[in-house]
Amino acid sequence: MKLITAIIKPFKLDDVRQAVADIGVQGITVTEVQGFGRQRGHTELYRGAEYRVDFLPKTKIELAVDDSIAEQVVEAITNVARTGKIGDGKIFVINLEQAVRIRTGETGVEAV
Amino acid sequence: MKRSLSTSRVLICLWSVVLLALTFLGSEMTLAQETTPPAEATATEAAAAPAEAAPAEAAAAEAAPAAAPVCGDKGFECNKGDIAWMMTSTAFVLFMTVPGLALFYSGMVRTKNALSTVMQSFTIFCVVAVLWVIYGYSAAFTAGDTPFIGSLSKFFMAGSGPGAVAATFSKGIYLPDYVYCMFQLTFAAITVALICGGYAERLKFSAMLIFSVLWFTFSYLPIAHMVWYWDGPDAYTTAEAAATANSHAGFLFAKGAIDFAGGTVVHINAGIAALVGALVCGKRNGYGRVSFAPHSLMLSAIGTGMLWMGWFGFNAGSALEATGGAGLAFFNTLFGTAVAGVAWAGTEWLIKGKPSLLGICSGIVAGLVAITPAAGFVGPMGALIICAVAGVVCLFAATKLKAVLGYDDALDAFGVHCVGGIIGAIGTGIFVNPALGGTGVYDYVANAVGAFDAAAQLKAQLWAVGTSLVWSGFVAFVVLMLLKVTIGLRPSDEAQEEGLDLSDHGERAYNL
Repeated sequence: MKLITAIIKPFKLDDVRQAVADIGVQGITVTEVQGFGRQRGHTELYRGAEYRVDFLPKTKIELAVDDSIAEQVVEAITNVARTGKIGDGKIFVINLEQAVRIRTGETGVEAV
Repeated sequence: MKRSLSTSRVLICLWSVVLLALTFLGSEMTLAQETTPPAEATATEAAAAPAEAAPAEAAAAEAAPAAAPVCGDKGFECNKGDIAWMMTSTAFVLFMTVPGLALFYSGMVRTKNALSTVMQSFTIFCVVAVLWVIYGYSAAFTAGDTPFIGSLSKFFMAGSGPGAVAATFSKGIYLPDYVYCMFQLTFAAITVALICGGYAERLKFSAMLIFSVLWFTFSYLPIAHMVWYWDGPDAYTTAEAAATANSHAGFLFAKGAIDFAGGTVVHINAGIAALVGALVCGKRNGYGRVSFAPHSLMLSAIGTGMLWMGWFGFNAGSALEATGGAGLAFFNTLFGTAVAGVAWAGTEWLIKGKPSLLGICSGIVAGLVAITPAAGFVGPMGALIICAVAGVVCLFAATKLKAVLGYDDALDAFGVHCVGGIIGAIGTGIFVNPALGGTGVYDYVANAVGAFDAAAQLKAQLWAVGTSLVWSGFVAFVVLMLLKVTIGLRPSDEAQEEGLDLSDHGERAYNL
């Protein structure tokens, strides 16, 4: 199993959800996050008081998938979330040791 | 714990002093009232005995001038349209503070201080309203021994009643005293609430409250008396009568300073106190390091709209009658304000590259402030120039001047209200000139617009500006320094970090 974490532009969330659902992903977890990468922040100006905003709002998606479709999922997210402009985000893939469905106690691939 | 205990002890002491003072003054008033009836009785007896010699009657009449006129008496006309408009205006001005100003200010502070900022305006309104009825109205709007403050002859509305009258700006036309008192109440309350903008986010509630009560008593009341108190138009019959009447009038009124709706009394007065507040309280923790970005400009925008709407009561209501003069004030309050909104946001666009919502809201408020003293005195051209200047100069005061001098006037109460008020007060002196489209200054002896002396008028306006700056600044400084060495001004650093909403009120603005 793989745990895929994708940091994407917030407005791409619906497209990404649709794309991974089409591949057969059963569920995802979404978090609103802030961060910085190569994309620069912006400045805000309130009556002359200038504030640099270095952390930009992004959306973090986490999904646990079977090894067999991991590659496909990464590809789908990459395709859908890309705008070609700086700040499109990143995808991290790590090995997942165990998964448990709390309601039934199922484990492993059955649980994701 | 120890700190909060001592604070509450000080509060209890202060409250006791206020109660004692009220009891004392109250009993004195009761005595004064008790001494009056005999005179009335004499008058009645004299009237009941017409057989007595005429001089006795005359003497009795002189002895009892307090046979107070009521609405509808000959020469004391009360107009239903005026009364309806003034009650409407009063409710409008209430709406400016509760919740207009509260939301305008609250939107500009951080989330953790949003509720306490609303709380300040609401509390100030209620407390000042109570004090106004008890002694404020009397101290501001009765003749006193000096031209600086009135008397306590109307303590807790003594001698007033539903039929009692208050002067307007027309001979023979009066308003019910209760209506005039409530109208003026809303002005006193918003003035004290305006100061919150200077010390926002860092003055603890108890200190804020004591400061507000003392500043209201020792700065608002004297300045309102000095600028606005007069015997009314009916006292100005002949040159000699006018001289006598002027000797009763407020210090600045007698100097000829004109202030239609409160440029000096409200805006300069509050604005300079806010600057002193910002300086004595010191900067907010983290100034220049932490982001103080407004938590909701939407709230500020809503508040701005409420202020603008309410300001029609403030300015057009200050005509005290539903006349063409009120119409002029209404016109200027709409037109001039729009000019200032365009001026501020437009200048921002030119200089910073982006016009901002906070900018147009600030411009609108700056315009409202600047047109306040001028509203019923200047024509469209005067309003255009005063408000265009205010829109641009207040922008620089709130951005550049503040940055250069380094004071933390958190919500620009000084930059907008004091600076805008000064522009308005001086602009009024210039553009009231009939030659420049103004109304001129009415001469109640001649019953016509008097000859206009531009230099004298400007001098009178400068007197008003200078007096309110010095008086209010001094009172604010003394009161704040006293509080600083007694109960302290600021909550602990942890409390400020946590936010005043939780530390002072145990509530959060948003439980989302």
